Amino acid sequence: MTRERALLLFAGGIVGLLAICLVALGNPPNMGFCIACFLRDTAGGLGLHRAAAAQYIRPEILGLALGSFGVAVATREFRPAGGASSLTRFLLGFLVMLGMLVFLGCPLRLVLRLAAGDLNALIGLAGLVAGVAAGNEFLKRGFSLGRANPLRQVNGYVFPALVLAGLVLLLARPAFIFFSQEGPGSMRAPVFVALAAGVAVGVLAQRARLCMVGGIRDFLLFRDTHLLSGFAAVGVVAFAGSLLTGNFHAGFANQPIAHNQFLWNFLGMSLAGMGSVLLGGCPLRQLVLAGEGNTDAAVAILGMLAGAATAHNFGLAASPQGVPLAGQVVVITGIMAVMLLAWFNREPVRA
Amino acid sequence: MAEDKIIDCRGLLCPEPVLRVKKEIDSMPGGGRFVVMADSAAARDNISRHAAGRGWKVRISEDSDVFRLEIGNQ
Repeated sequence: MTRERALLLFAGGIVGLLAICLVALGNPPNMGFCIACFLRDTAGGLGLHRAAAAQYIRPEILGLALGSFGVAVATREFRPAGGASSLTRFLLGFLVMLGMLVFLGCPLRLVLRLAAGDLNALIGLAGLVAGVAAGNEFLKRGFSLGRANPLRQVNGYVFPALVLAGLVLLLARPAFIFFSQEGPGSMRAPVFVALAAGVAVGVLAQRARLCMVGGIRDFLLFRDTHLLSGFAAVGVVAFAGSLLTGNFHAGFANQPIAHNQFLWNFLGMSLAGMGSVLLGGCPLRQLVLAGEGNTDAAVAILGMLAGAATAHNFGLAASPQGVPLAGQVVVITGIMAVMLLAWFNREPVRA
Repeated sequence: MAEDKIIDCRGLLCPEPVLRVKKEIDSMPGGGRFVVMADSAAARDNISRHAAGRGWKVRISEDSDVFRLEIGNQ
């Protein structure tokens, strides 16, 4: 086994382990780590939406970005860059978030849900694979959002500075910051434990280039199982952890923070998968890249925050009761919009 | 001897650099050599893994934050 592969398996295993621990310490069930859910909670904590059950500036997200930033600086991989179709990336991030909030989870939570026996995640996985495969077809036909250009150092510090500001707000708790009193947003591991777990995941994910969507993408495109093995490591450790903590319950019905509308679980994750492939990685990877100084990835994260706020302000997000009609319309529209963006961003001639 | 073809992958995110390298290797059934410029460690690692996995040799050098990968199978 190469050192690269060993690091990836280790990183995946630790992410799975930390996710199980965070649930044991207070995070919502099957939500030890979820980039979609935590960005949504963070949007709520900042008051960008008023869904009372989803308001909390999640320290895991802040830690992840700061961990990636710190290790990138330490290893000379912090390289500010940007300017590759930034607004398009904002829109893709926005739409990816809408898809994830219809499924109720990012690709990472999908694995954690599956590992705890939530079979609806299997439908989501099928949708994710279909979305990634569709995105790959555009890549093979020359899809590109163009080149990022190197930027001055200060521009790479903007995102980490915003994250630090979020941390100050979380700890200082000024009156205008929201903290859920009930629902998933009120279920939280101790702040500093969650923050430390986030930093650890940020460091490991940056070093190992962990990416859930990338795993499926590379396997389908190149028959390369490298990134996929990280995905598998998260699943195996989380599965063992779920069994050991008595949280494994196989089935479709009554799964925590999930619904069993097959079509919308499938299409929601298709949208998320296709959009993520076009962005160059899953939401976790976008956060890591933003920490490394990639301002395009940071813009995609801002798009996700805006998507989360919109999903809850306009009643688009799913709940355990299912997916509202408006959410269904938006998923279909979103898939069409992503396909149009992909089609019109083909480069006629490759270098 | 002719100059090696240069594939510029600077500023590109995954998986575009690997796709470009794959296309180049696919276009050389009889073997050959070319040079790739990349500016991220992820692109450097992914390109190296792909080329090495197909039996091509990769030599990496770095100059002012740009990686130069000489890829060949002869």
